[in-house]
Amino acid sequence: LAPWIPVVGLEIHAQISSNSKLFSGSQVQFAAPPNSLVSFFDASLPGTLPVLNRRCVEAAVMTGLALNCSINKKSLFDRKHYFYADLPAGYQITQQRVPIAVNGSLSYSLCIDNKMSQMVTKTVRIKQIQLEQDSGKSLHDDTRSQTLVDLNRAGVGLMEVVMEPDMCCGEEAAAAVRELQLILQTLGSSQAVMAEGQLRVDANVSVHHLGEPYGVRTEVKNINSIRFLAKAIDYEIQRQIEELENGGTILNETRAFDSKLGCTVPMRDKEGKQDYRFMPEPNLPPLILYDAKSLPANVNHQQVINIDWIHERLPDLPSVKREKLVEQYGILPEHSFTLLNEDGLAEFFESVVKQTQMKPKKVIGWILKDLLSYLKQHSLTVKESPVSSFLLADLLNLLEKKEISSTAAKQVFAELWKGEGKTPLEIVKEQKLELLQDQKELEQICQAVIDGQENEVIMMVPG
Amino acid sequence: AALKEGLRSQVSAALKEGRVTPTELCQRCLALIKSTKFLNAYITVAEETALKQAEESEERYKRGQPLGVLDGVPIAVKDNFNTAGIETTCASNMLRGYVSPYNATVVQKLLNQGAVLLGKTNLDEFAMGSGSTDGVFGPVRNPWSYSRQYKEKSVPKSHSEDKESNWVITGGSSGGSAAAVSSFTCFAALGSDTGGSTRNPAAHCGVVGLKPTYGLISRHGLIPLVNSMDVPGILTRCVDDAAVVLGSLAGHDPKDSTTIQDDFKPFELPNLTDVSKLSVGIPKEYHAPGLSSEILALWSKAADLFKNAGAKVVEVSLPHTRYSIVCYHVLCTAEVASNMARFDGLEYGHRSDMNESTESMYAATRREGFNDVVRGRILSGNYFLLKQNYEKYFIKAQKVRRLIANDFVKVFRSGVDILLTPTTLSDAAPYLEFIQEDNRTRSTQDDILTQAANMAGLPAINVPTALSERGLPVGLQFIGRSFQEKQLLTVAKWFEKQVQFPMIQLEEVTRHDNGVFQYQKSASFS
Repeated sequence: LAPWIPVVGLEIHAQISSNSKLFSGSQVQFAAPPNSLVSFFDASLPGTLPVLNRRCVEAAVMTGLALNCSINKKSLFDRKHYFYADLPAGYQITQQRVPIAVNGSLSYSLCIDNKMSQMVTKTVRIKQIQLEQDSGKSLHDDTRSQTLVDLNRAGVGLMEVVMEPDMCCGEEAAAAVRELQLILQTLGSSQAVMAEGQLRVDANVSVHHLGEPYGVRTEVKNINSIRFLAKAIDYEIQRQIEELENGGTILNETRAFDSKLGCTVPMRDKEGKQDYRFMPEPNLPPLILYDAKSLPANVNHQQVINIDWIHERLPDLPSVKREKLVEQYGILPEHSFTLLNEDGLAEFFESVVKQTQMKPKKVIGWILKDLLSYLKQHSLTVKESPVSSFLLADLLNLLEKKEISSTAAKQVFAELWKGEGKTPLEIVKEQKLELLQDQKELEQICQAVIDGQENEVIMMVPG
Repeated sequence: AALKEGLRSQVSAALKEGRVTPTELCQRCLALIKSTKFLNAYITVAEETALKQAEESEERYKRGQPLGVLDGVPIAVKDNFNTAGIETTCASNMLRGYVSPYNATVVQKLLNQGAVLLGKTNLDEFAMGSGSTDGVFGPVRNPWSYSRQYKEKSVPKSHSEDKESNWVITGGSSGGSAAAVSSFTCFAALGSDTGGSTRNPAAHCGVVGLKPTYGLISRHGLIPLVNSMDVPGILTRCVDDAAVVLGSLAGHDPKDSTTIQDDFKPFELPNLTDVSKLSVGIPKEYHAPGLSSEILALWSKAADLFKNAGAKVVEVSLPHTRYSIVCYHVLCTAEVASNMARFDGLEYGHRSDMNESTESMYAATRREGFNDVVRGRILSGNYFLLKQNYEKYFIKAQKVRRLIANDFVKVFRSGVDILLTPTTLSDAAPYLEFIQEDNRTRSTQDDILTQAANMAGLPAINVPTALSERGLPVGLQFIGRSFQEKQLLTVAKWFEKQVQFPMIQLEEVTRHDNGVFQYQKSASFS
């Protein structure tokens, strides 16, 4: 049987981190009382007009630059029409013709064979980034046959990031999304927390044989975590392969991921293909951005955005941060990945390194094995760690000065974890874990042991 | 005071000097509205709030601190502008009973100047139409139907014929506003102009109708028909008044991203005496099929007027004029389909009792809420926006629009300062005759002389010129350069002075006249 080549592309919606919405002044806030953050424009009251939020544009430019995109100095807004209860105007304002950024790339890393010892770097092309409005939320109450509509989210700014079908499996997609998430969080352009709906991912999946054209693709939605993303994609790939090998065909349809069953199911509310009747948004002139060269002389800086100015102020992206960590501390690349993967862990590590004489190469073991596994076991974030960097540094200093053994150190660490406020030294004293430095004392103890085990000793000596 | 030409005479002076109070003025207007109710010019009369505003204005005058020329001046607003606390219906069942929580920017600006808002005027439903006959509150009657001038000229076909049935339309879609100004129930009114909706009824009702340059006046709060062509329109009894209202409305609005950023400085119109440096263009394509010989003659006479006064009068060509109607229909219906999508009964407005499903509720709501004209345009517009049709129709129409706009650019670049054209094909038709043809047919016919200016975003103004043989008003149109309202209005004012358009002789007005309306008869408050 000829091998199947799976092809995976992603459409990611990242909610822009801003005080107010994309086209109106109402606030952006998670979990506010229903319909408490709705301006006249958000409610689509007749006669209201969109006014573009500068911060949202800056967020999109930052993200485009971080993803190596070309920023379009002129981009346009369009209306995408469809009727739905959570879309008050009957259309969404988006960028269909000319989006704000195009042709970028994202590099991400995977470990081969789950060993964390061999990392490989891959790249996925970014087709475009576009600005668009988020919709409201609708909740269907089947018992009362009614739909409840909350427009708090309606009009919140989104960046849609389209990743080309350069990925081949769930693992790659998950890694790419994770990296994107880290980038967005570093930039501050989106908080990108999937659980709060700030990052939503739809996957486009198809399979084909080598040399043949791409197969029919399905769109998989309703994926609520990165872990489920990988699962959903892998399931769908498998499903398509099985279907085709059994002589079936793949429908160009939208499927939802059922996390409980671990499978994808057809979504029934899409009837046929929608014609969105795209039309230019007449109330918004083209969005013009400038760079240092094209910036007009007498201009009100409140009114223009300078791409170069934003570029100069970009923070270190995760990939750069990792490189710096490896270079500065001599840790392995895969270590740097784990450090950045956990919110606050890199900072914790650096803080410990500053406060201890122990070499970073040795500190890293404590951070990644001991601290991290304890955090995971107790489902705690680095911020919530009962062991502060100060305490850990203290402990590592004792170890470094050979005042305790590494076994003892682990015991102390376990005790520190209880968070009873004792210092490492106090615990060592309490549990009598001090290393004996006195040679004579050591000999006495050893002799006593041997003396008590005469038979075993006799057996050992001839051999 | 006589030395200060064009300045504060009549109403404004009278208010300042205490010869009349804002309350009296308001009361007279309200009384006249009542006695001219048969015109059906108003949908909502905001009597209480108007009197309150008048009272507040009076206080300011007593303190010697009026807000400006418009302080205490009664005005009316077309019912497609949002007015906080006062119903805004767009003459549609969809918005019957809808009370907006905010004021349109232009309304707010007028109120900030102390103007007294008498009420909301009648229109074609959602401003779609050229007769003001297709709203749910019924048609508006042209006040000139009841003028002595018209009655004298009209020959009843039989003695038994009810002269009531002979009334003529106002034109549209801002017919209510035009009728309100024409019948002296207010001093100025806001209309809207998308394809001629301010200039057309202005011509038929014998008042000044100004369509400003697109982007000069904020559309925030104007319920849109075609976002890329709509402008708020100004209706007054004389050109000077239009300039005053323009002065209080124009300028950048941060709430409307299509308004220009440049500073706008209100201006007073000079009294032009020398037109020798003026170049007037006569676009030959405006000699449109169906243009009445009467209006053709008037147009010619007007051209001669300029020529004889020393202006340079040249024939020019706007070759793409004949494509403008079709182009307008594609673009207009496409935007309408889009703009009307929000009327689904969920957040505001009419909601059908049908509740089997969201879709069925939408469908029933929109069928019940919209009239045939609106529904027809929505269907057409959606057709043109379909993926398979978009290139053929919408994109093509945009290209043609560019050509039409370029026609004007070329002509203005060739040294012409202003264009002179007819505003309408004929004088106002009797209602019974008008409704023989459907809305679309009528719009197609009636918009031809006005809507190219909307396509190109140019300022244009109707100036009442003369009475027709039937004793009804006929106006002529001036089209100017982008953002050159001052020049446009200056020339219009000169023309207005030359033609001396007669005042309407309405019985109702005479009845209410006890000295107060001398200000109105003089037709000027600035």
